[in-house]
Amino acid sequence: MIREKLPQLPHRIKAETHHLSFYYGHTRALKDINLVLGDNQVTALIGPSGCGKSTLLRSFNRMHDLYAGNRYEGEIVLYPDNTNLLDPGVDPIEVRMRLSMVFQKPNPFPKSIYENVIYGQRVRGIKKRSVLDDKCEEALTNAALWNEVKDRLHDMAFALSGGQQQRLCIARALATDPEILLFDEPTASLDPIATASIEELIHELKQKVTILIVTHNMQQAARVSDYTAYMYLGEMIEFGPTDEIFIKPKDKRTEDYITGRFG
Amino acid sequence: MCAPEFSIKNMNSSLSNSPVLAARPVSDRLAKRLSRHIGERLIEAVLFAAAAASVFITLGIVYVLVSESIEFFKQISIVDFLTDTQWTPLFDDAHYGIMVLLSGTAVSSLVALGVAIPLGTTIAIYLSEFASPRNREIAKPILELLSSIPTVVFGYFALLFVTPLLQHLMPELPGFNLLSAGLVMGIMITPIVSSLSEDAMRAVPMAMREGSYAMGATRLQTALRVIFPAAISGIGAAYILGVARAVGETMILAVAAGMQPNLVWDPREPAATITSFIVQVALGDLPHGSTGYLTIFAAGLTLMLFTLVFNIFGFWLQRRYRERY
Repeated sequence: MIREKLPQLPHRIKAETHHLSFYYGHTRALKDINLVLGDNQVTALIGPSGCGKSTLLRSFNRMHDLYAGNRYEGEIVLYPDNTNLLDPGVDPIEVRMRLSMVFQKPNPFPKSIYENVIYGQRVRGIKKRSVLDDKCEEALTNAALWNEVKDRLHDMAFALSGGQQQRLCIARALATDPEILLFDEPTASLDPIATASIEELIHELKQKVTILIVTHNMQQAARVSDYTAYMYLGEMIEFGPTDEIFIKPKDKRTEDYITGRFG
Repeated sequence: MCAPEFSIKNMNSSLSNSPVLAARPVSDRLAKRLSRHIGERLIEAVLFAAAAASVFITLGIVYVLVSESIEFFKQISIVDFLTDTQWTPLFDDAHYGIMVLLSGTAVSSLVALGVAIPLGTTIAIYLSEFASPRNREIAKPILELLSSIPTVVFGYFALLFVTPLLQHLMPELPGFNLLSAGLVMGIMITPIVSSLSEDAMRAVPMAMREGSYAMGATRLQTALRVIFPAAISGIGAAYILGVARAVGETMILAVAAGMQPNLVWDPREPAATITSFIVQVALGDLPHGSTGYLTIFAAGLTLMLFTLVFNIFGFWLQRRYRERY
């Protein structure tokens, strides 16, 4: 499979999809996807609108289970314990406890900054104040937001700027110690300065966590990722180290897309 | 698609080539527009008159209430009205303490809210966050049916069904009491509370729900920890509008709560409320223009001020949350 075709795979693999297909009702949105996520690496999904990159991302934490009529085929295996995330016996809530997600638009809850960050702890039933306080500080520090908000942790999250809200959402996702962090176009609604700070953050976060990011912005993919997958019409056209995809793509369609000839 | 030689000149010629527009000279088309203009003005005037009528009727009601109340307060001091602990306008030794009627209204409304707020909120959470689309389509019309039952039917339901049921549990409960009327009134306002609360919760953006689920939250955690607080001002508005409805409710109390003016805080007692007293006097044989007759306007004005305040507060809350998203 993918391992034979690609000699330059990451050394340690965190997750892998095997022949993953996905259906919205009768529409097949993903076709036989084989992808590997290197441990502590950033993998970017690029491709034109509607190519299925967000659908693929949202398969990892089973967000599609929230809506009726969706169906998966194939496997997403999480290592080292070889759990198939799509197994019907696996509770999607368990999956979402291991994989966190950051959305396209910042979506803080109508709560204080503090309560937003420790939301994951709260839903896991953790009540001990000192644990929550430590977790909150750690997550906000890792999301490069602590210094800006440490004096107003109990203010409403809506009072923050768009870029701060997105970093708050990243802190919220980090506070649960996820194994994989999923980013769905995290900078699509942010200005260039906020975008730069989020990108820098992603670069630092990969020391701690495996990252899968969907982006519309090819420069962003080139800047932040170690591996890039190019998708088109629900298929994985090409996957490989980011340098190779951007410098000498093997597939004509990838080349057309990254040189801006279409998409 | 535009050809490069496209120009204003070409456009003009293509317009006059159009068979519809070229058939009549320009002056003719203008005349047609003038008559249409008059027609539109006429319709506008009719619509304005309809809107104005409702405003004038409201003003008329306020005028009657205020002017008759002024007449009443010329005879009875406002201090007595607010502080007297007896309400006996029909006796020779007449007392006019509105507190007596207000206590009945307050106790029955509180009992009603004790039913409607927990029940209505639970139903709203179920319909908005848990019910499948099919169940929601079945449950909502049935709930709305509940609010279309005439209140006099609710009144007899309270008197002839709920009260005997309660007397099994509390043998000393009188046949007329605020408790039974309040419970049934709570059932009556439950659809108002649940449907407005559900609207508020469904207005919470899907992104908020996804954010919560993505953190590993269950449906119940999402509903209680994220959706409910996000919709709180709309839910508050639903409660307040429910209160306004309970305070103004008449028939259930007139039928099932008895009409004795009692200054009570115990729902097991019979008592008159502002509304049921007005019914009693309006039906009775008090001579027009007597002080006793004027009491209903003073009582009515008090009631109107109460419901007005609740309504304004409720709509203000509702508008505030709508602006947020």
